[in-house]
Amino acid sequence: MRQEISFVEIAVIGGGPAGLCAALEAANAGARVTLLDRQDRLGGQLIKQTHRFFGSQSHRASERGINIAAELTGQVMSHPHIEALTGATVFGFYEDGVLGVEREGKIFFIKPARVIVATGAAEKTLAFPNNDLPGIYGAGAVQTLVNVYGVLPGKRVLMVGAGNIGVIVTYQLLQAGMEVAAIVEAAPKIGAYWVHAAKVRRAGVPIYTSHTIGRACGTRQVEGAVIWQIDEQGQPVPGTEKDLVVDTICLSVGLSPLVELLAQAGCRLVYVPQLGGHVPLRDASLQTTVPGVYVAGDAAGVEEASAAMMEGALAGLHAAYSLGYNQTGYEARRAELQQQLDSLRSGPVGEKIRSGLSRAMIG
Amino acid sequence: MRIEQHPILEFKRGKKVKFTFDGQEYEGYEGETIAAALHAAGIRIMRESPVLHRPRGLFCAIGNCSSCLMTVNGEPNVRICVEKLRPGMVVESQKGKGVIYAPGN
Repeated sequence: MRQEISFVEIAVIGGGPAGLCAALEAANAGARVTLLDRQDRLGGQLIKQTHRFFGSQSHRASERGINIAAELTGQVMSHPHIEALTGATVFGFYEDGVLGVEREGKIFFIKPARVIVATGAAEKTLAFPNNDLPGIYGAGAVQTLVNVYGVLPGKRVLMVGAGNIGVIVTYQLLQAGMEVAAIVEAAPKIGAYWVHAAKVRRAGVPIYTSHTIGRACGTRQVEGAVIWQIDEQGQPVPGTEKDLVVDTICLSVGLSPLVELLAQAGCRLVYVPQLGGHVPLRDASLQTTVPGVYVAGDAAGVEEASAAMMEGALAGLHAAYSLGYNQTGYEARRAELQQQLDSLRSGPVGEKIRSGLSRAMIG
Repeated sequence: MRIEQHPILEFKRGKKVKFTFDGQEYEGYEGETIAAALHAAGIRIMRESPVLHRPRGLFCAIGNCSSCLMTVNGEPNVRICVEKLRPGMVVESQKGKGVIYAPGN
């Protein structure tokens, strides 16, 4: 059977914060962009983030994720240089640079001159007895159910992980009317920003540090959980077991970058725990080891949405520039975006990311 | 359970539609995922694992992890966390790996 291949200038895979900003930046530079997202609406995980962002004004501080998603999506949909395809899953990255796409049960192929991979990340799970019982969710999954669809997964929840996602989702579950039995955190201190943790503590939710979930209880679905204190080796401390009556357990134990398409493309990957797992090597322009293939956002290393937006814009700018667009404005814009990204990663909060990036940067 | 009052969000729900789950009739809203409609009805067990027959539910809710595969209108392995509810859908718990080319499919 003959298959038509359409040629496009820049394909952006993923319509979350990184992909939306990549598409807009490249299109504003003058390039033609095809944006592909497997979900039915653009915005990625921003569409469930009801909390206000941190950072400075240029990082969209104090705006809610849901509003940023709506604004960026509006700009993308109305941009004359962007074709946005939702419900479109890129399932293959072929050797000759052709992308296979499935949309509404039909398959088609596109050959972009440049590709920006902004596929995001997936939630990690944790090993403990009964960790496969229904009623155990990724914290982000529950955030989707609650904030996008207005449905509660249960009545009373145990949150595992006191990083930003765990603590923010806990607060959002309280807002939505769920009871929270406790938050457990394996590390000796809370990872989340204090302002979020303080809100949750004020609401009466205990946060147990140096604690983890020992097992989930229940036969057909979650009916309870056992938590215990752990020592410096991660071993349970005898006598510290607590039984909690919960019907829901949320795991907020980190994310791992979705790099399948980058791996198919032949990009060299490196394992960097600080960035969440395997990530592609990249240079300062976000180009991977495969010429013409760029990466941005959580697929490049798990970070916050504000960093993903800056990275997306940088990748979009570079991809467009490499095709001959915006030769005059390029340098000033590049310096501006890079400076914003660097300031976001500065200070003690950005130390983990900086050390991770030092292992993923080339050139 | 559905949230009726929320301090920040207002949920714009679609048209009320009927669907069946394992032969029993339920109501949900058009445009929400099958997973959301089932959870609203208190149903969290989606399938049985193929080897050890353990119950499985929703985990990632973004179409990534394959924990929530169900049989929908006779088609197995449908990721119900991203598949949207439509009127008259026949949703069934999945047992085993599912057969795509079974007679009638």
